[in-house]
Amino acid sequence: MSDTPLTKAAEATPPTVARKIRGLSDRAIAWIFVGPTIFLLLAINIFPLIWTINLSFTNYRANRTNRAVEYIGTRNYERILNDSDIWLSMQATAHFLIWTIIFQVLIGFTLAWLINRKFKGNDLWTTIIVLPMMLSPAVVGNFWTFLYQPQIGLFNYVIAFFTGADPSSFQMLGSVDLAPWSIVIVDTWMWTPFVMLICLAGLRSIPDYIYEAAEVDRASKLRQFFTITIPMVLPFLMLAVLFRGIENFKMFDLVVQLTGGGPGSTTEVASINLKREAFEKWRTGYASAFAIILFVTVFGLASIYVKALNKVKER
Amino acid sequence: MSQFFTGLMRLKRGPWEMLATILIGLGVFMLMQPFFLWAYTYSFITTLIGTVMFIIVSHFKD
Repeated sequence: MSDTPLTKAAEATPPTVARKIRGLSDRAIAWIFVGPTIFLLLAINIFPLIWTINLSFTNYRANRTNRAVEYIGTRNYERILNDSDIWLSMQATAHFLIWTIIFQVLIGFTLAWLINRKFKGNDLWTTIIVLPMMLSPAVVGNFWTFLYQPQIGLFNYVIAFFTGADPSSFQMLGSVDLAPWSIVIVDTWMWTPFVMLICLAGLRSIPDYIYEAAEVDRASKLRQFFTITIPMVLPFLMLAVLFRGIENFKMFDLVVQLTGGGPGSTTEVASINLKREAFEKWRTGYASAFAIILFVTVFGLASIYVKALNKVKER
Repeated sequence: MSQFFTGLMRLKRGPWEMLATILIGLGVFMLMQPFFLWAYTYSFITTLIGTVMFIIVSHFKD
């Protein structure tokens, strides 16, 4: 008998267990392997979802567990969907989501396109560019708070250098007009490398012979870019937008660290509002309904997006 | 356009998916737009109908 790892494992299996396994069908063995994963999925994902849906129809408060829980129908949903504060937080989320995705896609694709050209120090530059992505959002939020300081912050001095304005004349985090842009800048700084990496993978997957054929056909560089590069990178780009879109819809840590939702509630994105309802006001039923609204929105968007991605891949 | 309606009548996947996609997109826009509170109020039901429709019609035949 050969001394392979498989035979070693077979020898190490106790005879009683081996006898039991030998009597099982392939399907049963497959279920034994898949079972724990399905159980964990049900326990960690599906059960909390169903429980949240259930709570969203109640007036349950997690800090008053002795109080009787009443089913109040769709009242939580009606209140949320008529609440102008939550409407404002949705608008803040939309501003953050739209601008971060636009900037990250534009800058990320441009960087990937530049990095894809072969030049000296290419790998070093890639490593330097992807560094922000590896940092914790709490750390990034913390040091950008210092960079945005009107008195000592480097950001204000850089802006002052280019515009000639007084560095202490504006506050990125304290101004109602600038605070939404300050979180867009930080998220773009942190996550553009992620979009760049995905675009780079797309660019490197384009075979050289396609460009060579285009050269033979005397296609200009601009035409090659729009008829070869863009269409072939599009599925990758869409994947990056999907990932960043879902992530930014739920953005919490970075915004909490930078502005805490302020000044006032200018940067209070949906997840911060949700956290306040759930763990500061302790309106668990209400917060559950809010979470379900966000979940359905993200799920709907992701469904459309996956469909679009499959269509692009088929082309 | 008539092809779209014929597809809807014959329960074809393409047109129904298109309809569900439009509903989801409209619902998300209504949720995040800064113009009308009434649109925000009806955004969730629009998105929900679109999403449930999308799940169902993605099992229709092409």
